[in-house]
Amino acid sequence: MERRTVPGRLTWQLGEVVATQAETARTKSIRLSLPTRMGHRAGQHVDVRLTAQDGYQAERSYSIASPPEEEPRVTLTVERLDDGEVSPYLTGELRVGDKLELRGPIGGYFVWEAQMGGPLLLVAGGSGIVPLMAMLRHRTAVGSTVATRLLYSSRSSEDVIYRDELDRLVKSSTMLEIVHTLTRVQPPGWTGYHRRIDTDMLREVAWPLDQHPLAFICGPTPFVETAATGLVTLGHEPARIKTERFGPTGEA
Amino acid sequence: MENKLDGNAAAGILQAIFPFEMTLVQATCAGCGTTNAIGATAAYMHGMGTIVRCPVCDTALIRVAQTKGRYWLDMRGVRVLQISTEA
Repeated sequence: MERRTVPGRLTWQLGEVVATQAETARTKSIRLSLPTRMGHRAGQHVDVRLTAQDGYQAERSYSIASPPEEEPRVTLTVERLDDGEVSPYLTGELRVGDKLELRGPIGGYFVWEAQMGGPLLLVAGGSGIVPLMAMLRHRTAVGSTVATRLLYSSRSSEDVIYRDELDRLVKSSTMLEIVHTLTRVQPPGWTGYHRRIDTDMLREVAWPLDQHPLAFICGPTPFVETAATGLVTLGHEPARIKTERFGPTGEA
Repeated sequence: MENKLDGNAAAGILQAIFPFEMTLVQATCAGCGTTNAIGATAAYMHGMGTIVRCPVCDTALIRVAQTKGRYWLDMRGVRVLQISTEA
């Protein structure tokens, strides 16, 4: 494995918005061009800082959705929180050509790179899909065939972020399976899961223990705790379960 | 109001202070003696700052606040901090 240099203290840099795309009614992807490569790995995040005219600053963390292979461009996918200070601006006001202050990459703990192998179990709740999508895109970009399963919990099929791309990835990739659970509203004829993630569902979807799977779980705190506890209950090695709790940071 | 997240959320401000990959740093809790990666701890973010807590016993490992031109770092809950210089 490539030896990495110590990252050093983080500093703020200015990215320019080169594209935006609505993913669902509540989420938007923002593609940024950076002045220099940040050198991120799949699963890492950045802090975004907004400064008001009176000097008031607000910072929030957002996962990087794009794979390292696309740098110096990075994509953030942001969920709008109606009472938030930052996300309504990012999802509603930000335009192509605007500049955004960010620092990163942050977090070497919740990271997957193809050479870490698998089999890989990704468990996403809502917008917790974002860092896991960076892992799936990285896997595709490097032509990895690591056996991968994604268990993705959404409220309805309209709330599935990256739905079309995930459908395409399943068709074009080898050794990739995606299992959706739709917890509130299911389309007519839906035969998949329609409840919140629980230990029984994890037992059905997770890889056999003797394959020593590697698991990444990202979602709201209660979701992450349910999924992580469930995997440990089933006998998965705690050291091979990585979690990232997704949620509002700071006071709204 | 506090939002329970994990040490990954606190990594930005910690890595602004320390020149290391902070989510991989191992912290030994002064309360219960267990050792966890910062990325596996619990973090609470609120207006006053960020508190990183032991996932086992809830001891406040690190409190960090930022005021104009100054960081405030209270680390009395950490017995030992192990920092790998090779990420």
